[in-house]
Amino acid sequence: MSTSAAPVPEGPSGVGEGAPSALARVLGVLRAIPVVWYLTIILWVWIAAINPLFAEPSGFLAYLKQAAPLAILAAGAFFVLASGEFDLSVGSLVTVCVVIAAAVSDGDPSKTVPVIALLFVIGLIVGLINGVVTTIFRVPSFITTLAMLLILDGAVWLYTSGSPKGALADNFREIGRMGIDVPVIEQLPYSVIILVAIGAFSVWLMRGHFGRQVLAVGDNDRAAALSGINVTRVRITAFVLSALSAVIAGILLGGFAGVTAQVGQGLEFEAITAAVLGGTVLGGGRGSVVNAMAGALALTALFSWLNLQGVSGALEDAVEGVIIIAAVAVASYRLREGS
Amino acid sequence: MRKRWHLNRVLLLLVAFTAFAVFVSACGDDEDDSGGSADSGNGGAVGLPEPNPDFFDQEEMDRQLAQRSIEPEDFGAGNDPWVQAIEPGELVDTSEYKKPGPWNICFSNAAVDNPWRQTGWTTMQAEVELHDDIANFEAVDAEASDEKQIADIRQLANSGDCDALIISPNTTQTLTPAVERACKTGIPVIVFDRGVNTDCPVTFIHPIGGYAFGADAAEFLVENVPDGGKILALRILPGVDVLETRFTGALEIWKDANIELVGNEFTDGDPAKTKQIVSDYIQREGGLDGIWMDAGATAVAAIEAFEDAGQEVPPITGEDQLDFLRKWAEDDLTAIAPVYSNFQWRTPIIAATRILSGEPVPKEWVLPQPAITEEQLDDVIAQNEGMPPLHYALCGCEDMPGYPERWQG
Repeated sequence: MSTSAAPVPEGPSGVGEGAPSALARVLGVLRAIPVVWYLTIILWVWIAAINPLFAEPSGFLAYLKQAAPLAILAAGAFFVLASGEFDLSVGSLVTVCVVIAAAVSDGDPSKTVPVIALLFVIGLIVGLINGVVTTIFRVPSFITTLAMLLILDGAVWLYTSGSPKGALADNFREIGRMGIDVPVIEQLPYSVIILVAIGAFSVWLMRGHFGRQVLAVGDNDRAAALSGINVTRVRITAFVLSALSAVIAGILLGGFAGVTAQVGQGLEFEAITAAVLGGTVLGGGRGSVVNAMAGALALTALFSWLNLQGVSGALEDAVEGVIIIAAVAVASYRLREGS
Repeated sequence: MRKRWHLNRVLLLLVAFTAFAVFVSACGDDEDDSGGSADSGNGGAVGLPEPNPDFFDQEEMDRQLAQRSIEPEDFGAGNDPWVQAIEPGELVDTSEYKKPGPWNICFSNAAVDNPWRQTGWTTMQAEVELHDDIANFEAVDAEASDEKQIADIRQLANSGDCDALIISPNTTQTLTPAVERACKTGIPVIVFDRGVNTDCPVTFIHPIGGYAFGADAAEFLVENVPDGGKILALRILPGVDVLETRFTGALEIWKDANIELVGNEFTDGDPAKTKQIVSDYIQREGGLDGIWMDAGATAVAAIEAFEDAGQEVPPITGEDQLDFLRKWAEDDLTAIAPVYSNFQWRTPIIAATRILSGEPVPKEWVLPQPAITEEQLDDVIAQNEGMPPLHYALCGCEDMPGYPERWQG
């Protein structure tokens, strides 16, 4: 995820017909770069100008480490959004993962591997329920996953009464806290490695059969069904991917910061904001998973930048709200223009 | 044609963003400027904001700061910290409430939604068991809702089943009328923890208070941070009196000190956010010389931010939660843990039995509010061996029935 590797977006090519002039070609290339990358790069440069450490490998990696859980969630959110659905349950699923990991392992390092396996099973079940209820029982996903959010939150509340039990083992926490020692850049955080791996996996998914199916289903599920796509299966898979992204984000966040019962609060909206900021169209059918993840990088950079400006945390929510509206407005404007 | 349109849109978006960014940074700078002006006069601290006038009561603050050095006394209820009182003054004659046992004690609780309240609530239930003349203890949890607590108090006060009513108010202003109505039913009302704006309760039980808490932490930093050192203040939420007064108390101490307050940030009590904020400040300032916290729940996260940045942990203030105390001891940090006395949860039950026995109580029962320092640290940790990380060490519960299992969750 280096700055120069801005991906060429899926979709119509930026090169016009005929023999364009050199300037037109440059403009064409610039135009092909999604807005979110401009935003991200401006923020990076600005932050680096205020705080030169940010431009050094260790500073930038620290930022990527911070951004990793949200970027992974944004990738998960992308699949669900692109298939035309919503997943509001990821934030509370993150909390469930952290709370359960702490309670089950109670700081015992030998239990880390089975606990992680357990978390993935829980994620799988939650994703399957979201998918099955939405597709087979035809409950709108907004309602299904809102209900799942409430159920999971309630379960955490019942179980912890607001104060989580147990502790996370050191080796569990290392995943989100530590990294591999590498010369020059000091330490390559595990979360950044996981982030890159998930980014690569998501791109691979989107380039393949499944990716085309997801976009087709999101664009027009009836047409997709008529052309032989198993809409139900595609959507259930998207929900499962989203839930699994929440499990991974939970493992990283629990590792980064330790146990709390509010670790996942609001993450579902941050993930959707990131995806939308990355050009994912609510309602489905359009978008790029890499840009959705870039949206998370931009959002994290924005929060860091606000912090550097001395703007208090209370404003972050307001900024997030403004971004959702602005990003959706731009997207729908573009849609209207494009058609 | 379409191409140009698109470029224009991109341009427009970037211009809009830049304008927004400039606006925000202008706001940010403004804050810095107004904060910075405080140092122009007397060579005191740099970067202090004005205290929030809603949570600034000079008289009360002076009283609390003074009470920190007043020896708590045994006014007749015993010499344990949870029955001592600071400046008890003239005791309230409770003979009018005297009544033969066994009694029904009722309790309207604001919430049990954080580890501090959970520890305290467990202790309170254990305290009830120590009194054979309490036949029945009926507690209702308002789940942090003012409306529910108003209804709870009305229902308990009018039920006719309560010989005494204990109230731990959710908020001060909103609950005041409800408490006044409860007083009018004639049953003795006992208020503890957060206060209300009425003196109708028989007794109001609380530790010294937020100003003293914040001042203890701030003083420790002044003593341990080098001259001109950079301090970051981490706060949970704005607008909550018990927390705001802590910050006001710190500002009072710092105003003549040679330190620089580089920021005061709200963490929402979220460790991840705390860690990110501290990491950002470490990067921005190149390091910090002290961390002040208005509550200890996220102290460990703040410490980890320094560890992960490969920096020495500067002097830090926390609270008596065990995760912080253990980390402090293990890493041999320079720290202090002011205490918002958790043992106060025992006192209302004792007060209720005293009142129903016709024994006098202080009108304002100010409990000791110690701070755990380096010297006491090892003892406190040893005493709490095996207790969970979020347990409050000064629960005053060590000798109670069911200890320690009952507090281990």
